[in-house]
Amino acid sequence: MKIDISKVFLKKKKQILEQWMKNQLADESLREDLMSNEELRTESDELLDALVRSLNDNNLSDAQSTDFENVIEILSGISISRARQGFSPRETGAYIFSLKEALLQILQEELKSDPAQLTSLILKLNKLIDSFSVTTFETFIKGREEVILRQTDEITDISTPVIRLWDGILALPIIGTLDSARTQVVMESLLQEIVVTGSSIAILDISGVPAVDSLVAQHLLKTISATRLMGAECIISGIRPEIAQTVVHLGIDLSTIITKATLASALKYAFAVLQLEVRKSSVKNS
Amino acid sequence: MDRIPVLQMGKFLLVTIQVDLYDRLALNLESDLVQMVSKTGARGVLIDISALSIVDSFMGRIIGNIGNMSKIMDAETVVVGMQPAVAITLVELGLELRGVSTALNVVKGMELLHKKIGSLEDTTEEEEHDDSSAD
Repeated sequence: MKIDISKVFLKKKKQILEQWMKNQLADESLREDLMSNEELRTESDELLDALVRSLNDNNLSDAQSTDFENVIEILSGISISRARQGFSPRETGAYIFSLKEALLQILQEELKSDPAQLTSLILKLNKLIDSFSVTTFETFIKGREEVILRQTDEITDISTPVIRLWDGILALPIIGTLDSARTQVVMESLLQEIVVTGSSIAILDISGVPAVDSLVAQHLLKTISATRLMGAECIISGIRPEIAQTVVHLGIDLSTIITKATLASALKYAFAVLQLEVRKSSVKNS
Repeated sequence: MDRIPVLQMGKFLLVTIQVDLYDRLALNLESDLVQMVSKTGARGVLIDISALSIVDSFMGRIIGNIGNMSKIMDAETVVVGMQPAVAITLVELGLELRGVSTALNVVKGMELLHKKIGSLEDTTEEEEHDDSSAD
């Protein structure tokens, strides 16, 4: 007697879900802190429903079949949302593998009398679910990568603030390594800010840059040239002794640029250029 | 033929580029401007490119050329109002316009011209207090 696997699963869907939930709840990697049991049940129900609906004897051995599009879509959604919520790969994997376990258990009960058919079905089902879990991992990693990319973007955004020190004086403290992409962001935000505030002096403070190599120096020079083209003057400040050493050893010519050791002396210079004077007030405010 | 007007303002020449420059127009501007410098004996040239949003290597070179030409004809050139995107493009193209002075806007450009020509005349002592009559 040959059984129709889709009909069996459709009939026993409730039982499978119960078994699957039981498996998941029994698993010690269950994360109740990230997801409530209710949510887990709805999610599992949705996935199982899509799976049993699209499964039939013909596509059982073909995971690439278009019939499974819906299943894969739901799986990807689940796995991406889990990646964002902070599930570990093991926990996400356990979710899919516990489904396999539940399906196989049901199959076993159904086909107790026919070991030959059972083996062949189990093998096929195994392969199918394995391929699903590979998809899950792929999307899981993709989800994590998205998170990383977003964080990188955020870091670039927050790490390049343009500060208005005074009327007509901007400061840009650069913290961390300068690469091409970052220089572009730095340059754009600085130039934009110069236009908006009408500033004529910009101070680039590089005391937070760990090392200056020829590439970083070239990026700095580019920024300075662009600032000059806009009609503003650019001062580099915060040059540490080690950086001065490397710059000279590398033979980078910074002689055309105004460089100051500290932000304070750069500011002093800027005041002098703008013909401003800072004085101690004669009135004591006791 | 289209031309970009070159206006005389006292002893300065004022060029405001309001349209996107194409090569022919830029070449015309270059020759018109040096002609005007020689005809009027202008001491300073102010080029406002705030409306210029697209620039290529040729345009960059023309702007640089105009600056250098006026300079050897004894007129200071100040380019004002360059857009950030244009500045970045020029730097990426390797055109840093070393011979040309720049300023943020027309007001600052005028101040710069006055200062430059003022200091020039202080040292040469040709005319006194000339920049006050130019306003």
